[in-house]
Amino acid sequence: MAAGVLLQPGLLLPLLVVLPAGLAAILLLPGAALLRVVPSLAVALQAVLLLALGQAIGHEQRLLVWLGGWDAPLGIGLRADGLALAFMLMTTAVMAAVLLHQWRAYSSGREGRIFWALLLFLWSGLNTVYLSHDLFNLYVALEIAGLGGVALVALSGATTALVAQMRYLLLATMGSLFYLLGVALIYAALGVLDLTLVAEGATAAPVMLAALALITLGLLLKAAIWPLHLWLPPAHSSALPPISAVLSALAVKAPLYLLLRLWFEVFPNVPGPSAWTLLGVLGAVAVLWGSFLALRQERLKLMIAYSTVAQLGYLLFVFPLAQAGGGWGGRAWSGALLHLLSHGIAKAAMFLAAGALVLRLGSDQREAMSGASRLAPVPLFALALAGLSIMALPPSGGFLAKWLLLSAALEARSWWQVAVLLVGGLLAAGYLLRFILPAFRPPAEEAQPERGGSGFQSAAAMSLACLSLLLGLAAQPLIELLSLSYPGAGEISP
Amino acid sequence: MTPLLLLPGWGYPLLLLACSLVPAVTIFLLPRDAQRLRNLVNLGGAGLKLLVVMAMLWGVYQGQSYSFALPLGAGLELLLHIDALALLFITLSALLWFVTTIYAIAYLQDDGEQRRFFGFFSLCVASTVGIALSGNLFTFFIFYELLTLSTLPLVAHQGDDKSLAAGRTYLRYTLSGSAVLLLGILWLEVAAGSGSFLEPPLGMAVLAQESPITLTVIFALLIAGLGVKAAIMPLHGWLPAAMVAPAPVSALLHAVAVVKAGAFGIVRVVFDVYGIELMQALHLGLPLTIVASATILLGSLIALRQEEIKRRLAYSTVSQVSYIVLGASLLTPLGFIGCLAHLVHQGIMKITLFFCAGIFQKKLGIHRIDEMDGLGARMPLTMLAFSAGALGMIGLPPMAGFISKWYLGLGSLQAGQGWVIPVLVGSSLLNAAYFLPPLYRAWFRPARVDWPERPAGRWEAPLWLILPGVFAAMAALGAGVFAAFPVSPLEWARLIVAREYTLP
Repeated sequence: MAAGVLLQPGLLLPLLVVLPAGLAAILLLPGAALLRVVPSLAVALQAVLLLALGQAIGHEQRLLVWLGGWDAPLGIGLRADGLALAFMLMTTAVMAAVLLHQWRAYSSGREGRIFWALLLFLWSGLNTVYLSHDLFNLYVALEIAGLGGVALVALSGATTALVAQMRYLLLATMGSLFYLLGVALIYAALGVLDLTLVAEGATAAPVMLAALALITLGLLLKAAIWPLHLWLPPAHSSALPPISAVLSALAVKAPLYLLLRLWFEVFPNVPGPSAWTLLGVLGAVAVLWGSFLALRQERLKLMIAYSTVAQLGYLLFVFPLAQAGGGWGGRAWSGALLHLLSHGIAKAAMFLAAGALVLRLGSDQREAMSGASRLAPVPLFALALAGLSIMALPPSGGFLAKWLLLSAALEARSWWQVAVLLVGGLLAAGYLLRFILPAFRPPAEEAQPERGGSGFQSAAAMSLACLSLLLGLAAQPLIELLSLSYPGAGEISP
Repeated sequence: MTPLLLLPGWGYPLLLLACSLVPAVTIFLLPRDAQRLRNLVNLGGAGLKLLVVMAMLWGVYQGQSYSFALPLGAGLELLLHIDALALLFITLSALLWFVTTIYAIAYLQDDGEQRRFFGFFSLCVASTVGIALSGNLFTFFIFYELLTLSTLPLVAHQGDDKSLAAGRTYLRYTLSGSAVLLLGILWLEVAAGSGSFLEPPLGMAVLAQESPITLTVIFALLIAGLGVKAAIMPLHGWLPAAMVAPAPVSALLHAVAVVKAGAFGIVRVVFDVYGIELMQALHLGLPLTIVASATILLGSLIALRQEEIKRRLAYSTVSQVSYIVLGASLLTPLGFIGCLAHLVHQGIMKITLFFCAGIFQKKLGIHRIDEMDGLGARMPLTMLAFSAGALGMIGLPPMAGFISKWYLGLGSLQAGQGWVIPVLVGSSLLNAAYFLPPLYRAWFRPARVDWPERPAGRWEAPLWLILPGVFAAMAALGAGVFAAFPVSPLEWARLIVAREYTLP
């Protein structure tokens, strides 16, 4: 009975939001065992809640819940659909892998507490971004997630990390500021913040355009989309491996998720066609320029970070493709989102694998990769498997996503997107294999694997890498989930 | 009914795939030094697969077919299908894989990275089986790419600068080719709807009426993408570079895996996606015939100038694989029979040659043709096998190569393309010009170098290295001599053509 009540939608959504942060409070209690118990509990409970949410969404497709019984515009709304569910599932999977990765990391102490407390707060922030139905609450959620990320970058303690952290902090704050300005304009014009009400009032008036432009600018800055990507590579590459994984896989996805929601569901009629195209063009440049820079890196983690800059660009392809209202819109939608999800899983796997590799090889320089196939076979294999998804090669989620996107771009006769999709895949193969091929060299005679690194770390990387393959082979339920959330051609086209 | 046939129909494609996929995964999980167990798993998988293939041959011969479909969402479907054409390729790969596994175990006995090698080796074979089983272009592409990737560690196996450079070249060619192929496949799907090898896309006929140019461009994209692996000139550059790989890899690459995957794909596109009528209506056959003929002659001409044994063999492959493409491009029943028979014959003959070249290199350090003087006396068995393979390549009766060339000739006459006959004859002369000198040197010249003494009472090389080559040579001879028997590759090719490609 009690479980049944708990799993009702009315409680389900708030629980998903507050649970991680609430559990973080337990970490204040003494006891080293808590460093494993609390995150395990968070992962397990989230998984159960998401299963229940999946059931509930299966019936209704879209859930809207008002906290405290107050309706809009007074109450606080939480809304869940297939898209939000998919993103929360990805988050839980990455967190579970981080937990496995850190299983042996902290026997006790302050450092471990700070690590997990920040991460759990970040998690709550992310879930709020996915579920919130109110422009201002979304701002708060973005801030929580953003500040959590900034603090986590500095945990490695390296000087480079501190410099990177400052830059990250400044730009993240600037992004929030732009977003908040936009929200203020909307509130001034319409007097409401609830997404449904804003959508009803939104017109193509100049003030709305200005507001959306500011919001978009802020979100693009936070998502590190070219030309606003400069803060990402130093921040993501200097953090601890599990932090890099969380930032690259999850934190930069939240603003993109929001961008998608706002453009497609709230302001579909505000920007003109050229604005939708402009976003697609930004994405294309991000893919090409990010890949080009990734090709020039000599450090493994920097290469992976630049690859993130490139890969995020593909999501923006959905804007011109799905906006035009052709029959291919749904395919572009599913493809772009599947890409985002598989990139999350695969990129997290790569950062975790890179962490394990660096511990075994003693360095993340490209030359140090020589002999890795002998000295660190499991992390190397995980890196390569996850790389399949980044290179969009089968059988992986990335491949399936690219197939859908490419097919949509072809049907829309958008040749520049077709070209970027194909060339981007080749460039990705180029920058990844530059690091993987040297691993086939025999190790130097005296080389011994360093003692560092536990089996847990390799296992964490490997399980995420396998999951990224599974996304290619068993994606049907996920694709259905995503296509359910497609706003539909009819609603978008004016 | 064998007991094996008790499985439901969809189980067989999966079982075939599992026969190589399970060993691949198992090998990666086994400890590095568990050599015996690894060999057992490897040979066990290969042996089991042979049994399954035999059961399949019986079933398909009686008119059965087996399918497995897995929907992947958004209308995409992983479709595995066993028909007579798939089985032709599967039988070839199952047989040669078994032999090559024995050879590779003996060849790499002292290698430190055997686990990695055999893991990817099994993965490579699994991908080849997948390519044969593919029931639509989507599935085909998945396994085609898997093959590209699983072959890379084999090409770069030795890990020196040369091997890594070869790996890079290989990837540059194959991945670019795949991008072009992907574009072709998707464009076709968008323009004509999705289809399978069993039922071509519904929109093809309409599209042929409305926009024949589109279909022609798509065809060019598909062939260019597949042509990289099939080493059609000028897309062949990776093949000679990949020669740095260990001999068993070269053997597999040239006989069943990579180049055959490309050729097999072209056969599927010509006959199952476009179909003969459409090919004729769009006049797509002749350009392909011309490209194939040019590759046949040019490949042979370049082979003539190679002094390294393996490089000469590589260019010979470039030339020989285009026979398959040539046969397909003629669009006549006899030409098609020649094409399919040659798919098998070339594999058996070329693997013989590479097995032997590997033994020369490993045991006596022979890389170049001019080092082969007097080799016949030192290694009679190996050299006999090599000679059989070489004569077969030239197309001397009663070797298998003669049969395929004969049918290709007949096919070209049937197609009214008589000018192909001089191409075939010219190529045979060129084949003779580059294969006879090494044979002459080996059998009729005295040895120039003092090779290490052959230990008394021992074979010329480890028996497990010699036997695969001898077996393959005998198969090449048998496929020619017993061509009229119901189980020969030629008869199976006839069966396919009679069954699936009845012409107006």
